[in-house]
This record gives sequence, C-alpha cells and structure tokens, in this order.
Amino acid sequence: MRMFSGFGTPEDTNKRLKYLLDQGETGLSIAFDMPTLYGYDCDHPRAQGEVGRCGVNVSSLKDMETIFDGIPLDKVSTSMTINAPAAVLTCMYMAVGDKQSVKMRNLRGTVQTDILKEYIAQKEWAYPPEAHLRIIRDLMVYSAKHMPNWNYISISGYHIREAGANAVQELAFTLADGFAYVELGIGAGLKVDQFAPRLSFFFNCTMDFFEEIAKFRAARRIWATVMKEKYHARDPRSLWLRFHAQTSGASLTWQQPMNNIVRTTIEALAAVLGGTQSLHTNSFDEAWALPTEKAVMVALRTQQIIAEETGVADVTDPLGGSYFLERLTDEIEERAYRYIDKIDSLGGVLEAIRAGYLQREIAENAYRDQQKLEKGEHVMVGANKHIIDEEPPIETLKVNPQVQARQTERLQRLKRERNNLKVQATLKTLKSAFKNPRVNSIYPLLSAVRAYSTLGEIMDVGREVFGEWREPNLL
Amino acid sequence: MVGMLSSVQTEATKRKIRILVAKPGLDGHDRGALILARAFRDAGMEVIYTGLLPTPEDVAQMAIDEDVDVVAMSLLNGAHMTAFPRVAQILKKKGAGDILLVGGGIIPEEDKRMLEKEGITGNFGPGTQLKTIIDHIVKRVRKERWKLK
Repeated sequence: MRMFSGFGTPEDTNKRLKYLLDQGETGLSIAFDMPTLYGYDCDHPRAQGEVGRCGVNVSSLKDMETIFDGIPLDKVSTSMTINAPAAVLTCMYMAVGDKQSVKMRNLRGTVQTDILKEYIAQKEWAYPPEAHLRIIRDLMVYSAKHMPNWNYISISGYHIREAGANAVQELAFTLADGFAYVELGIGAGLKVDQFAPRLSFFFNCTMDFFEEIAKFRAARRIWATVMKEKYHARDPRSLWLRFHAQTSGASLTWQQPMNNIVRTTIEALAAVLGGTQSLHTNSFDEAWALPTEKAVMVALRTQQIIAEETGVADVTDPLGGSYFLERLTDEIEERAYRYIDKIDSLGGVLEAIRAGYLQREIAENAYRDQQKLEKGEHVMVGANKHIIDEEPPIETLKVNPQVQARQTERLQRLKRERNNLKVQATLKTLKSAFKNPRVNSIYPLLSAVRAYSTLGEIMDVGREVFGEWREPNLL
Repeated sequence: MVGMLSSVQTEATKRKIRILVAKPGLDGHDRGALILARAFRDAGMEVIYTGLLPTPEDVAQMAIDEDVDVVAMSLLNGAHMTAFPRVAQILKKKGAGDILLVGGGIIPEEDKRMLEKEGITGNFGPGTQLKTIIDHIVKRVRKERWKLK
C-alpha cells in the first residue's frame, strides 16, 4: 500500500517520506507541483503562485538529493507521477542512486511517463507529441539495457475517464496508447518480449459496478490477443495486463460527503472483483480539498476491510461464468475493438490526437453526461436527488507563500555555486542530441542533470529544438 | 425614436452573444470549459475557445481580436486570484474594459468578493447548473453590452 505524498519544499517531503518509512512503508510515491509537471523552474513567471501547491517542487538535482536524503534507494521502490519531464526526473533519480553508490540495475520504481494520455485528457505537455515519444523511445531502450527493475511507463486510462470518457472509451483509448508504445519499442529495434513485460496499466474504477468489472476483463482479453496475434509476443508476461486501479474522483460529491465512503467502497470492490493488482481508494473529503489524515485513514481501512474481512481477494475472476457478466464483457470488448479500429483507420493514436478526434469524443461524452445529470436521468445521490439543505464547504487549503521564495533562493544559490561552464557544455551536447533522432538522448540528459542544470534549463532546450504544442480545435 | 428602439431590439434578438471561453495559466482541467463551450453554442452563442495554457496577456488579446462581448474564465488549480484580475487589468489598460468577465472554478467566498470588485462575476463552483451560468451571462450582456432591460 502506497500513500501518495509530496508537498511544499523538498525538506518537507523528505520528512514525510522518512515518517512513512518509519511506519513500515517501503513503497514511496511522489506527487509534484504544477511547475515541475510542466517543466518550469520555481522562478519562472508561469510558476507564480503554484510552487509546492499540489506536490513537491523539483527545480534541479539538488532538490531530489534533499527529498531522498538518508533514504537508501536500494531498499525502497519509488513511484513518480510525472509525464512530460519523466526522463529528466528518472535521470535525477539515477544520479541520486549513483551518489549513494546504488547500482542502476538495483533501482526499483515506476514513472508514469504516459504522454499520449496527456494530449488526450490530462493536458500536461511540454512539446509536440512526436518529440516526447522520441524521448520515451530513448528511455525504453536505456531502461531495457540498464534498469531491469524500472517501470518506465504506466499507461493510464484514469485521467481519460476523469476527463469525461465512458468505460468503452477509457478502455479503447488506453489500449490504443499501449499498442502505440509497443510499436515505439519495436521501431527502436527492441524485441517485443524484451520490454512488454515491463508495461503496466492504470485504470479508473467508478460507480457502474458490473460495467467496470467487465471493462477490466475485456482489457485483459484484448491486450493478450493483440500482443500475441499482432505483435507476436511469446513470453506469457508480455500478454499479462497488470494494472493499478483508483476509485473515481469525479463520482464523489461535495454534498453529504460521508456518502463518498460508500461510493469508494463499492468502486474498490468492483476493482478487486475485476482483478486489479493494486488499488488506491480516494478519501471522502476529496470533492473539495486535499484529504485530511482522518479521511485518508478511512480510505485505507476500506481496502483493508475488503482484503482481510470479506475473502473476495482470495479468488481469481470470481464472476467469470456469470451469464450477465460474460455477455457484458463480450459487448464491451466488441465496442472497444470498434474504437481501436477507428483509431487505426485514422492513422493511429498520434494522428487521432493531431486531428483532435479522441479529445472531441471525450468532450462530447462529458457534455452528454452533464445533460443527463441535469435532467436527473443520471442520479447522484445528494447532488441531484435526495438533496438536503447545506452550504458548500469553504476550502481551507492555503499555500505557504514562503515555499516559492525559499525554493527560488535555493535555485539562485545553486546557479551561483555550480560550474556554469560545465552546465552550458552539457546543455549544448543535449541540444545536438535532441536534433539528431539517431542519438539516445538519455545519456546527455543524465550528464546535464549531473552538472546541476535546472529542470527548466533542460526542458527549454527541448522547447527550442522541438517547439511547443498547440491543441487542435476541440469545439 | 420609437422606430429606432424597435430596430435596436430586432438587432438584439438577431444578434448573437460572442463569448471567449478561456483557461489562463498552468491548468489542464478542461472538462468543464469544454462542456460550457458546447452549452453556450447550443444556447445560440458564438463561441471561441482559447485552448490550453494561454497567459492572461494572450487571453486579453484574443478577447480584443475576436471582438467578444464576454470572456468566461475557468481555472481549477487555485490560481484564480492572480490570473483573473490580471486579465481584467490588461483589458482596461488596452481600452477594452467594456468586455464582460465571468469566472468559474473552486473559488472560496472571500475570493469571490474580491473578484467582483474587479468586475469578475459569477465565480461558479463545481455542480452549478449550466442554465444558471447561461442565464447569468445573457442577463449581463443584454444589460451592460446591449443596454436592454
């Protein structure tokens, strides 16, 4: 069980991680703030008011050294939820490991890295898609060679669903992304069984109980079939669809918040019956704020009650063979294939993103759902039915304004004290590597990170070479 | 005089509200903005969308270039107190202070009062009915832009 954490300065997060380790956790999970997620330093004008707000700020290797100070990287596994700058953060993690004399092959963890779903749903990108995909390709090749225990990508449907997709869209778009990464690896000269066992997935689990279970079952069927028949995978692990699930944030209401405990329980049960390998349960107060410790505890206990009191986790696919569920699985599978075929006919995921097709499909579905909600055709108890008179809660979360000042001061000191000639040289090498697609950019990225080039400086090299991304019109 | 008034009214009923749906700042949460854009369009408005990640300067410039009646700004990352007033200030500076501004997001009551002082009204939270938002905009445009009762 991993608790998602990360806030404020790297020191704050280091303290929190050490506390969690003292409590017996060995899996760390880091959340980053918006400037880090978009690849800007803490002193960038766009970072104004955002530093340390919804995660920890990382502007350079110095910050990563502070976050993991006193934490032996060969004893823990670390999950980092970051996409556009995933390769840079991975290099920072490698550099911290190196300073602790931990061998690269002993580093364990996961970076999300899934940029395709960023263009489709979460919309946190830095460059146009083909540039990010090229860097991901480099990361795949590098990891296959040097980091056997590193999950360099987690292919995510969660955000696609939260952005307004239905179950079939979530499934189809996520699997289509997965196949695109498989083709990326094959295109880079890797054998499919060399990297496919390291691919894993991250799905949403929301309120339509049987539909969600059927979705997970259909996901496994489609993945295994296509991996075998189209990509000729032989290793059984390449056919496995391993996934993490999280209960749906969008299904929660700010009204009558205790009801959210019930919703989360039902969703968690569906995820377990659907065969999830790991699970995150949301807290009941997350419809309006980051969760309190008390609410997090209830969410964790929800999982423990399901795991340790009900026995449902003792059986594999317990609903297999049920007439209703088998039919529903067939139907979802068929509808997902139709979407995947449609995406293929548009020229693949990348072309479908460039055309705005996937984004518009989600937006149209979100609009239809909203209309159903307002007409009462779709019921949310407490929100559009069984309403009681209550005031919306007042959000109390305040950013400590000192975080930005402290991070900026630290960054300025770093820029004075580091070897700036070396920084410039590594950035120049990185620039020519970015310009030459035959070069693996992870090596120069790692050198730039080690020289204490900042996250923003490194990402700016890419912005200069690759340009920025403008979304197609989504109306 | 009577003739002129009726011609204004005829024009107003024919005239469509031009609205810019805007997402200033580092915030990729566009579900609400895209739903609203569709709802405004279905309510008969002419809708322009900024796309993601424009700066407040970009938003103000687009509003002027597109000659809109109103800018509907959506932010869910909590940075509304810096981004929304900034758009208002730039519009004023550029002599386009007559363009109406409405806001939405996760906005605490105390912030709402401050935003209203800057001329940013509505400031609707999650769960607001689309109709409420559309009515608010139509009412303001008719009164403040078209000078109708």
